[in-house]
Amino acid sequence: MQEHFEPLVLGFTCNWCSYRAADMAGTGRMKYPPNIRLVRLMCSGRLDPTFILKALAEGADGVLITGCHPGECHYIEQNYKALRRVSLLKRVLQPMGIEPGRIKLVWASAAEGMHLTKAITEFVDEIRALGPLNWPARTQIPISAKPVRQLEELPG
Amino acid sequence: MTNNTKPKFAMYWAAACGGCEIAVLNIHEKILEVDKHFDVAFWPVAMDAKYQDVEKLQDGEILLTLFNGSIRNEENEHIARLLRRKSQLLVAFGSCANEGSIPGLANLSARAEIFDTVYGTPSTDNPQGIRPQAEYQAPEGTLSIPAFNPVLRPLAQVVDVDYYIPGCPPESHQIAAVIDAVIAVLEGKAQLPPKGSVLGAGTAAVCDECQRTRNVKQIKNFTRIQNMGEIDPALCLLEQGLICNGPATLSGCGALCPAAGAPCAGCYGSLPEAIDFGARMVSSLASVVDEFDPRKIDLTMDEIADATGVFYRFGLAGSLLQTGKASWNEE
Repeated sequence: MQEHFEPLVLGFTCNWCSYRAADMAGTGRMKYPPNIRLVRLMCSGRLDPTFILKALAEGADGVLITGCHPGECHYIEQNYKALRRVSLLKRVLQPMGIEPGRIKLVWASAAEGMHLTKAITEFVDEIRALGPLNWPARTQIPISAKPVRQLEELPG
Repeated sequence: MTNNTKPKFAMYWAAACGGCEIAVLNIHEKILEVDKHFDVAFWPVAMDAKYQDVEKLQDGEILLTLFNGSIRNEENEHIARLLRRKSQLLVAFGSCANEGSIPGLANLSARAEIFDTVYGTPSTDNPQGIRPQAEYQAPEGTLSIPAFNPVLRPLAQVVDVDYYIPGCPPESHQIAAVIDAVIAVLEGKAQLPPKGSVLGAGTAAVCDECQRTRNVKQIKNFTRIQNMGEIDPALCLLEQGLICNGPATLSGCGALCPAAGAPCAGCYGSLPEAIDFGARMVSSLASVVDEFDPRKIDLTMDEIADATGVFYRFGLAGSLLQTGKASWNEE
């Protein structure tokens, strides 16, 4: 482990709750560590697990996903999908050597600026304790991102 | 090797099982078309040839090389680079060359663990506990064998690849269609597809070709095929609690496995717009699990035996993360 390790954490926030909670933290001058970079999504249910894998593959040490409390989703029940995705993804990543603690799901309503700053601070500390991930850089675009050509569509 | 004017063809197997070669031979009499239009310059499974024969060729002298197998050791890597230099068109043929396939699952383990499994289990007759060494000092001098790379790589992570034909193995009718297309190009009747294209596959998901009945999915429990008493012959396998990779897998096979009652393993790789196969499966399964209590969700997910191995059975080495930490730590 490096001596002065500052984790790089990517945070996904929901437009309707946690993003506003972060806004509230800002206007209320509540402090949270600068290690987190927040990305706004329309809903935690918008979070494709690909985003998390890409973040980890390209330098993030941890990923924080935040959304509305269960039962309060703007889109009825999409935050439950986020809950299931995170649960399953942790199980997929553990055998690859990625500790489940590097991914965390936190519920924060628009009124919970203080709760969110506390959760971010805690998560950054947890990642600092886990140490750097340092995933090696990707060398190639995965095969699946390549165009498929139907043979009958080929130029004649 | 004959000195004629037919364009040269090569096929090579790196870290592979040989199934791809069988699939090529399964095109039956169409193989005669290959012989009619091509001079087979190098094909270790089908005819005797030495690596020096390939080295003696001019750069780009081989028109078409089908490369199956992944890059496991130095020899695979050397031949991949050699064939790239000698070939005008290099095709990653089959799942191993495309995205690592089954051998790619070794990327979850460190080299020592892999050797222990292969050379050190109680059923292995190896009383001296010998492990392969890249170099050995014999009385006659130093002997060397190709070193085992810490990370298995698909072909495109080592050399530039022109086309991709997925599948484990690629379906013979798809191979035949590609051969027809290549011959049409040779005869001036068609043009080559754009570089980097995936050939010999469909464009939709395996579910699209699957004949089983699909309903709104609400899954509370996952199981494994050996734990099931009877399988409904007409109902979607996922709805019966089996992990079927069909929703994330590129079509082209005709949904053979689900038709036979086995869940799709995912050998054709993922859909064109998707970046990571495992992420697509995590996403789609999470959407259809019908549990809302965090504790129950965890219990349902625990029922998926070896989630990493199931979702990345064919695509680990070609995925976003490419390898487990144990392997790249040694690189």
